[in-house]
Amino acid sequence: MNTVDFGTLSAGAVAARVAGGEMSPAAAVEGSFAMAAAAGAGRDGLNLILWSDRELALRDAAGLAEGMTRAGTGGRLAGVPIAVKDNISTLGLPTTCGSKILAGYVSPYEATAITRLRQEGAIVIAKTNMDEFAMGSSNENSPYGPARNPHDVRRVTGGSSGGSAASVACGIVPISLGSETGGSVRQPAAFCGVVGVKPTYGRVSRYGLVAFASSLDQIGVMARTVDDAALATEIIAGVDPRDSTSSSVEVGSYRDQFVSPATSPAPLAGLKIGVPKEYFPENLDSGIRAHCERAVDALKSLGATVVDVTLPHSPLAIPVYYIIAPAEASSNLARFDGVRYGHRNRDATILREMFATTRSEGFGPEVTRRILLGTYVLSAGYYDAYYKKAQAVRALITRDFNTVFKNGIDALFTPTTPTTAFAIGAVTDPYEMYLSDIFTVTANLAGVPAMSLPIGRVAGLPVGGQVIANHFNEAMMFRVAYALEAALGREAHQ
Amino acid sequence: MAVTHDDVRHVAELARLAVEPDRLDHLVAELNSILSHMDVLSQVDTKEVEKTIGAPMVSTPLRSDASGPLPMLTPKEDFAPDMRDRLFVVPRLASHDEGADRAP
Repeated sequence: MNTVDFGTLSAGAVAARVAGGEMSPAAAVEGSFAMAAAAGAGRDGLNLILWSDRELALRDAAGLAEGMTRAGTGGRLAGVPIAVKDNISTLGLPTTCGSKILAGYVSPYEATAITRLRQEGAIVIAKTNMDEFAMGSSNENSPYGPARNPHDVRRVTGGSSGGSAASVACGIVPISLGSETGGSVRQPAAFCGVVGVKPTYGRVSRYGLVAFASSLDQIGVMARTVDDAALATEIIAGVDPRDSTSSSVEVGSYRDQFVSPATSPAPLAGLKIGVPKEYFPENLDSGIRAHCERAVDALKSLGATVVDVTLPHSPLAIPVYYIIAPAEASSNLARFDGVRYGHRNRDATILREMFATTRSEGFGPEVTRRILLGTYVLSAGYYDAYYKKAQAVRALITRDFNTVFKNGIDALFTPTTPTTAFAIGAVTDPYEMYLSDIFTVTANLAGVPAMSLPIGRVAGLPVGGQVIANHFNEAMMFRVAYALEAALGREAHQ
Repeated sequence: MAVTHDDVRHVAELARLAVEPDRLDHLVAELNSILSHMDVLSQVDTKEVEKTIGAPMVSTPLRSDASGPLPMLTPKEDFAPDMRDRLFVVPRLASHDEGADRAP
């Protein structure tokens, strides 16, 4: 098999070939590294990968092959190479959160999501570029330089999980892991033309995910197909005693509910899909609007009833998010002080000075800005006006979603982003950058599951459509996305 | 509520960040610009929900209301294998010496 062919295989196809003996786990690893080389994924090229270790991956492949010989099975992801965002703890590779303050840090334990994927035969081949501590929407806040969009190298990948999204888009891996706080999986997935999933808050263990904003953070999956994304989400979902916020609600099988338009003329018959008007503002890019209208027509042709709905507090989501997330970040990032992890300033003569100089040398401008902002909104005199008020408006945003789903809506459809991928360096105002997340951040605030899938292209750049479902109803979200993906077929990439 | 230079200095001190004086003007301008977009929240009527605010409870499980074994009831050798003069011996946490990483 040549390199290009490997890059087109789904996770299911790789696992089937490995299980059937047509491909060894080592060949899958080599295929992945060959794709990375062909795509120019390194620092001097697309800059998607921060850390990788071919020998380590090949040792894992050899261990898997040995285990398969012994047990007769390799798991649902046997031999599937995966890439992992650099803020998810892995064994043997650095976990630096794309930050100089964690330079050289190698975690002594791995995230539960990684353990579960490895138990099913997946092999970690790389840690991917990201905005420092997941704070950003373009991957430009990486001290290692921006990841570049494979569809146009002058443009951003989106962020903060930019390296993970582009690694899937390039065919380096069929599945990658990212993390979401305000859209950091869905937005880069939309910009890079892949599928990106943010599960319900509590659906996937956060054990081993370096904390940014704990009431919002979730690990999410990126893949080239809805089927692969559902498979990987199914594997990593479920209660974990190591994360007290993980939920014991049963996971079930998402893929069992898939009905293809090829086998049923109306696979979404009986479903009611809401289109919230707040997500289609007058200034929405006309190309994105046109592709969303085409997707809505496809949903109708699949048998769904499409109705207009309202989520009236959604336009307030960005101010709410940029109070709550920095507030939580200012607390979570207090642990990076030069004592226990990574970088330490050794010139300071007293402890207090060591804390301050270490943190200022280690954190980049966006992280510094958000820590200051978060500390400010939590400080005496401003707590009620900013933080408490933002929490109250968050409750209103959540109530909007609850009302819509209580009124019989099965899923919502919106654009994922207001624009396609923008040029590197084009957005310099921090608040303008924050607006990239305007359609994604509400799902994080409300805790509901949401995913992006490709629905077309504008001037050659991918456009994402977003499907949102009720809490813990990932099955509904995947069912709608699977049917839509099948109905759009090649049009999703045109 | 405009952010002042003193506010930024104070917040930087609280956050243990060393802000260079030549960056202060820029940070003050940036924070004021960002916070100006937050003012819209003050106009929202939130009286109805103020008693129930917090992370979305529907997806946040509660622990069972049951007590477990007390961690200190385990033999002290399990958590503190090294004792000297009836005191626990622990690794040094922080020092500016190069030998800081060595146990005493």
